[in-house]
Amino acid sequence: MIGSHLLYLVWLRMAETLFFNALREATDEEMGRDDTVFVLGEDVGHYGGSYKVTKDLYKKYGELRVLDTPIAENSFSGMAIGAAMTGLRPIIEGMNMGFLLLAFNQIANNAGMLRYTSGGNFKIPLVIRGPGGVGRQLGAEHSQRLEAYFHAVPGLKIVTCSTPYNAKGLLKAAIRDDNPVLFFEHVLLYNLKEDLPDHEYICPLDQAEIVRPGKDVTILTYSRMRHHCLQAMKLVEKHGLGYDPEIIDLISLKPFDMETIAASVRKTHRVIIVEECMKTGGIAAELLSLINDQLFDELDAPVIRLSSQDIPTPYNGKLENLTIIQPSQIVEAMEQLMTLQV
Amino acid sequence: MVAQNTTENQSLPEFGERSLPHVDTSSMQLSKEEGLMLYEDMVLGRLFEDKCAEMYYRGKMFGFVHLYNGQEAVSTGVIKAMRPDEDFVSSTYRDHVHALSSGVPAREVMAELFGKETGCSKGRGGSMHMFSAQHHLLGGYAFVAEGIPVATGAAFQSKYRREALGDERADQVTACFFGDGASNNGQFFECLNMAALWKLPILYVVENNKWAIGMAHDRATSQPEIYKKASVFGMTGVEVDGMDVLAVRKVAQEAIERARAGEGPTLIEALTYRFRGHSLADPDELRAEEEKEFWLSRDPLTRFARTLQERNLATPEELKEIDNKIQGVIDDAMTFAEESPEPDPQELHRYIFAED
Ligand SMILES: Cc1ncc(C[n+]2csc(CCOP(=O)(O)OP(=O)(O)O)c2C)c(N)n1
Ligand SMILES: [Mg+2]
Repeated sequence: MIGSHLLYLVWLRMAETLFFNALREATDEEMGRDDTVFVLGEDVGHYGGSYKVTKDLYKKYGELRVLDTPIAENSFSGMAIGAAMTGLRPIIEGMNMGFLLLAFNQIANNAGMLRYTSGGNFKIPLVIRGPGGVGRQLGAEHSQRLEAYFHAVPGLKIVTCSTPYNAKGLLKAAIRDDNPVLFFEHVLLYNLKEDLPDHEYICPLDQAEIVRPGKDVTILTYSRMRHHCLQAMKLVEKHGLGYDPEIIDLISLKPFDMETIAASVRKTHRVIIVEECMKTGGIAAELLSLINDQLFDELDAPVIRLSSQDIPTPYNGKLENLTIIQPSQIVEAMEQLMTLQV
Repeated sequence: MVAQNTTENQSLPEFGERSLPHVDTSSMQLSKEEGLMLYEDMVLGRLFEDKCAEMYYRGKMFGFVHLYNGQEAVSTGVIKAMRPDEDFVSSTYRDHVHALSSGVPAREVMAELFGKETGCSKGRGGSMHMFSAQHHLLGGYAFVAEGIPVATGAAFQSKYRREALGDERADQVTACFFGDGASNNGQFFECLNMAALWKLPILYVVENNKWAIGMAHDRATSQPEIYKKASVFGMTGVEVDGMDVLAVRKVAQEAIERARAGEGPTLIEALTYRFRGHSLADPDELRAEEEKEFWLSRDPLTRFARTLQERNLATPEELKEIDNKIQGVIDDAMTFAEESPEPDPQELHRYIFAED
């Protein structure tokens, strides 16, 4: 009896993985599989990364493959692009994705557009990953959602992960992809835990994930807001409201998986988009126009867009909460659509 | 001869020219073959750009077109000291001649300027975006200084292959060309720091032509002697007469040798001048006539033609023959460009992603 219990515990410990470790495992596995894969960024080596995603990898792979760079975002990003053009597969860790504002030129002009302007002469297998999103009272500059700023850049893939499982599978796929991939993690999700399979797996970069199947309303979301939507479902259950939404984690913000989205909208005819971006020029703004372009006839009601306020994220905790969408607002939106007479 | 028979004015004029660094090239070995190859490459650059001006004014090419006339000794001096198709080159928007020296056929560069499918960037890039994976041309970069980090990455790649992947043959060197104006940009300093820190095999070649569009170099920088900026990074910095192809070649050869030996980067400041306006859209009214005349009298082609004759490596007739041959190459390139097809509109979306 005791023996089997112990075995069970051991098995559990092996499988239960923290979000940041899932990312670390993905990086480790891919570096082991392909020696042209390397990581560069601020404090990725000796320090192990601000969120420990690359902890001790330099001991295993050496300092060139886990390269501590000076604080020079535009130049080390450009350097990674040059390395990618000449056959390596770099992973840039943005200590905070916000710092990549300094690398905007390299990401837009070089990572995004160079393959095209070169008429296909070069490809750029590059991953740029790191924490984005609104944390806990980190102040405006450290609470940015750059996915919207980069959304218009041609040639980039933009991917967001939201669970340890998809974080690992998606990062592995991003590293193997021959294109530049902006890979957004979320600063508040690094300590999520989940049982991960022992065997190797990959998650496709271009497929949305149906988090909860349902028939009443399609909720499109990504990153941390996925968990807010699940919180909202708890409220729905607690109050016995009986709504049955289909919650879809977009995963790929560019391109959108319109196939999965369309199949759901054809079923529910109602849509709520929940994002952490600011409303103006946000991810939802673009998605909403695509839905209007392609699925207008399917809609029984105007799409509801739940976005952050168009303001710099305030430091004060109460104000910060008012800035981003809360689960109760998602419930209200469902209520609004469900009580609508159509 | 393309080279004009003007007499060179070696005394410094009143209007604040820098005294020229002396690089002794008299003892430098130079075979006839080598000499003619260098001459031919410079003539190619000169005649190509002259043809561009003609075609631009005839409405055959569009956009911002920046010509390289006057600076040929820098492209030829550096790139012809490198291993073709093996070492890497990066450039700016003033990139036609760097592409030619790197071995991209004149046909492909001209066709690119005409926006044709047969251009080296398939007509998608244009004047400021010449690329060739085959010839290891990492590209023309239209934004000032953005090519510096990319070139630094190619150099990092050589080091990575050698040290992390154990590939002994990975000793390629990268030459990164940019202007005096770019040397005031942060990427210049950031990359010098990283390249020196990691001893990357790279040559940073500043083509100091005294002007960044209409901004005189002396008005833009606290230390006009750019090569001196290497010293704070513990890097070798050298200045060279950018109108003297042999001097540039000598300095480049030494830098390449250091880079291949794992001794790290070099900052080369070549003092040069552009003989035309910033771009073909620039009326070039700002620069003083006497300054232009002074530099025209130092034409690198004239000078090298004289050197070749002094060394008994070529007769005026032989040089004339090269000029004619190259004129033929240019005319052929133009015909090729004119007759080439435009890109297929069906392929508007091609080359966005690696799979296309
Ligand atoms: C980032 C950026 N800022 C401004 C420009 C506009 N611009 C084009 S060339 C140029 C001057 C650059 O001078 P320099 O680096 O000396 O090179 P040169 O043109 O003399 O070869 C400027 C300001 C640009 N292309 N990119
Ligand atoms: Mg200049």
